[in-house]
Amino acid sequence: MTKTVLTIDDSRTMRDMLRMALTDAGFNVLQAEDGVHGMEVLSGSNPDVIVTDINMPRMDGFGVIEAVRKEQRYRNIPVLVLTTESDQAKKLRAKAAGATGWIVKPFEPEKLVAAIRRVSA
Amino acid sequence: MTESSLPGTNDNREFVAFRVGSQEFCVDIMCVREIRGWTAATPLPHTPDYVRGVINLRGAVLPIVDLASRFGLPETEPTPRSVIIVVQISKQVVGLLVDAVSDIFTTTGASWQPTPEIASDNVKSMVGGIYALDGRMISLVLLNSIIPTAEKVAA
Amino acid sequence: MDVMDTIRQTFFQECSEQLTEMESGLLVMSEGEADSDTINAVFRAVHSIKGGAGAFKLEALVQFAHKFETALDHIRSGKLAAGGDVMKVLLRAADILSDLVDASRDDVAIEPDTWQASADELLALTASADGAEDEDDFGSIDFQPALIDFGDTPSDGIAIEPLTSTFNIGFRPKPELYGNANETILVLRELSRMGTTQIACDTSDIPSLDDIDPAGAYISWTIALDTTENADAVASVFEFVDTDADISIEQPSSFSLPDLPEPFKFSASTDAPVEVAEVIESVEAPSAVVEAAPVIREEATAPVVPFPAAAPPQQTAAKTDAKPAALATIRVEFDRVDRLINLVGELVINQAMLSQRVAESNISNSSPIAVGLEELEQLTREIQEGVMGISAQPVKPLFQRMGRIVREVSDATGKEVRFKTEGDATEVDKTVVERLADPLTHMIRNAVDHGLETPEARVAAGKPAEGVVRLTAAHRSGRIVIEVSDDGAGINRAKVRESAIKKGLIPADVQLTDSEIDNLLFLPGFSTANSISNISGRGVGMDVVKRSIQALGGRISITSRPGKGSTFSLSLPLTLAVLDGMVVCVNGQTLVLPLTAIVETLKPKEQDVHCLGADGRVMAIRSTFVPLIDVGVKLGFRRTTLNPSAGVAILIETENGSRSALLVDSIQDQRQVVIKSLETNYGNVSGIAAATILGDGRVALILDVDSLVKASDVDQLAPELRYGTGG
Repeated sequence: MTKTVLTIDDSRTMRDMLRMALTDAGFNVLQAEDGVHGMEVLSGSNPDVIVTDINMPRMDGFGVIEAVRKEQRYRNIPVLVLTTESDQAKKLRAKAAGATGWIVKPFEPEKLVAAIRRVSA
Repeated sequence: MTESSLPGTNDNREFVAFRVGSQEFCVDIMCVREIRGWTAATPLPHTPDYVRGVINLRGAVLPIVDLASRFGLPETEPTPRSVIIVVQISKQVVGLLVDAVSDIFTTTGASWQPTPEIASDNVKSMVGGIYALDGRMISLVLLNSIIPTAEKVAA
Repeated sequence: MDVMDTIRQTFFQECSEQLTEMESGLLVMSEGEADSDTINAVFRAVHSIKGGAGAFKLEALVQFAHKFETALDHIRSGKLAAGGDVMKVLLRAADILSDLVDASRDDVAIEPDTWQASADELLALTASADGAEDEDDFGSIDFQPALIDFGDTPSDGIAIEPLTSTFNIGFRPKPELYGNANETILVLRELSRMGTTQIACDTSDIPSLDDIDPAGAYISWTIALDTTENADAVASVFEFVDTDADISIEQPSSFSLPDLPEPFKFSASTDAPVEVAEVIESVEAPSAVVEAAPVIREEATAPVVPFPAAAPPQQTAAKTDAKPAALATIRVEFDRVDRLINLVGELVINQAMLSQRVAESNISNSSPIAVGLEELEQLTREIQEGVMGISAQPVKPLFQRMGRIVREVSDATGKEVRFKTEGDATEVDKTVVERLADPLTHMIRNAVDHGLETPEARVAAGKPAEGVVRLTAAHRSGRIVIEVSDDGAGINRAKVRESAIKKGLIPADVQLTDSEIDNLLFLPGFSTANSISNISGRGVGMDVVKRSIQALGGRISITSRPGKGSTFSLSLPLTLAVLDGMVVCVNGQTLVLPLTAIVETLKPKEQDVHCLGADGRVMAIRSTFVPLIDVGVKLGFRRTTLNPSAGVAILIETENGSRSALLVDSIQDQRQVVIKSLETNYGNVSGIAAATILGDGRVALILDVDSLVKASDVDQLAPELRYGTGG
């Protein structure tokens, strides 16, 4: 079955790149442009994985993770965080917020797909 | 669509023939966009006599060339029966004012003849060849040469 | 086009939006009135540019954006105060960033010294705070260096060792692992993908059913993995869970199967046995998949940065207008919009023709046809407005470019300038916006260079040392009005007048009103500056500005008050597709004159018209002589000139400021006409700018007054006559 990935990023460029990489890999792609929008899209869909940026207007990536983990029906959806760095301490911070994993920007499509595969059933 | 040379021997092409005064001319049907009745044209200043002006063709401004005048014949006196043949010349769309459409025919290639030497240079530059049809002589109009190009106009 | 090329284009489009966002934020910050939302928005803009630049391996851009971002982060976290000097550095950095984006877009090689100085300035700002890395700043998670580094996550490490080795792995998940939506089964599956696994499950810790916490973790695993991957690759499988589980990875030198209790084999990638902890929730997720939602919004380009409600007062209006963060937008090729605009032009003409026909057929105004037609007319007008609105753009990006001009000129002249914009959400047709950049640049330069006094002179005059240059836009009765004003010394009229006389532009004894003197600035070749300044000079005068505004169908005017400053005001049409015209009749032909060129219309008296030479005629208008041009003769519509008293003279002003009177038979109407190109199907015609289609369906020609006048004898006239200033 085709897996559905919800990507949340305020950058159109990043959304396009995510869409391209994921569509090429055979994923069904949902997109949102900030955390609030992301939660809206989430409420009307059932993605297998959420990929979210951190720095976003209205609701940032941490807000998204919190909101997802707080809701019983979303709680089990893996959330991957897009970060532009790879410092272990920062990753831990994302983890502490409830992130399932992370993807370091700029990402190679294969890396992105591998990370999604790793966390999705 | 180019009509700059004589149709090849093996070409079976369709042409629209029309009368200008007592003579008959034709153009490749692939260049013809539509045929419509005469409407009064708005004269353009500083243009050759054979440019009758411009008309509104569904919002586009269409220049009208009086073919008779272009071939050195007396100017056409447009009547309600006069016809404008709207042709595409590369990127331009131009209306040709003629007296009447006379025929649509398919050529068989072999019947085309080069323009005889008797014609003036002006006429020769605009006629791509002549075709014999049931004893009539029909001259092929070289559309590229009948309207001054934008550069020529601007100059 | 390649997908990456498309995304690259998107990236640069987005960059320009981000730069706009950044600049407006920085300007608010310079006012000292920015709140954390504004600073965050600026930070995010720079951060986004960096992120995208990384994806396209634009090294210089990444490096510079990173330094910029770091400085902004220091402000964001309060470690750096956004004072005047700091803001200067940031604004300079903004300019450099914008240059780097341009250079990257155009694939121009970037010399490090173009941005090094600014980068050093930024570095200096942050240097002091660099020692204390802000580990506890939660938001700082992703503004560390953007590493262009692909070896960072070992997960996809290439198998360097082709030999198979065996790893003994112990894996004991903690509850947090499940809390973060990681799953043991997936980790195991990942391992089994790497080679052959023997997996054993230790269930000895599972408590009695009564004591089970559904979110608890009670099972531990031991895995024997035969793989060609190296230890790093194996470890990377646990990358996401390494703090949420006890993990041990051993690589014994010998091949010995681990001593496992109750081993059970596991086949890779299967409907694998489900863990106790997962059973509880995995059935709950609703399965409806909605795909429509993202399609609607995926292309949204609206400024996604919400502005603070409490924006600084002078920017409030614009901010509120620009705010619609939730507005979805789509991108459409300009050609399509163009086609639509043309079609609507057709519609307008058709509707007008229909109305005229109906009016001619004596149908009662109350008949259903007339009523229906009226509704059609209303609808047509609304459609026209709607379509014209599509290609409209806010002037904001244009205004922000002007901010940079102000900074450059103020740096070069040593003047202190505060730049204020108003109404930057005002929308104008894209083509108009594009063609406004040059004239506005020149006007802004003038305002700083010539308009404002030096700080010393200002203080001496009892004004604040810092001058203000204000750029505003507003819609006024179907046109856009743009004003450039300064609070400088105002126009020195005595000097202007003296200079104009010296240059032979006006007679020495002519009486001029203040406004007439001010308007002398627009005469070709006029320049009050004693030496041509490096900044405003460049051989371009206000006459060129005026010409380009007129070419846009616009008008320019000046008001000036001594000691208080000057205001240049531009009034422009909202679009270039329509034109305000005066419909006139010449020898039975209908012609349209652009309203912008017309000064006034006059009924000539025979005694006002004088012959000059063989066939030249001039007309006296309040004691100034202007050439009188018979349009009918000029265009070849008639041979003999019209008796002036039988016609109407229209006083026009050409782009170079010269005036002429055009003689026509009569004036019919004043109306907006849709501009149709003659060039598409024919070519240029001297004296004719374009064509339009009138209500009766016939083509009418739009006069090009400049080329009409140029071909006349005006050049042989004395300069005094050419630059008539009366009227």
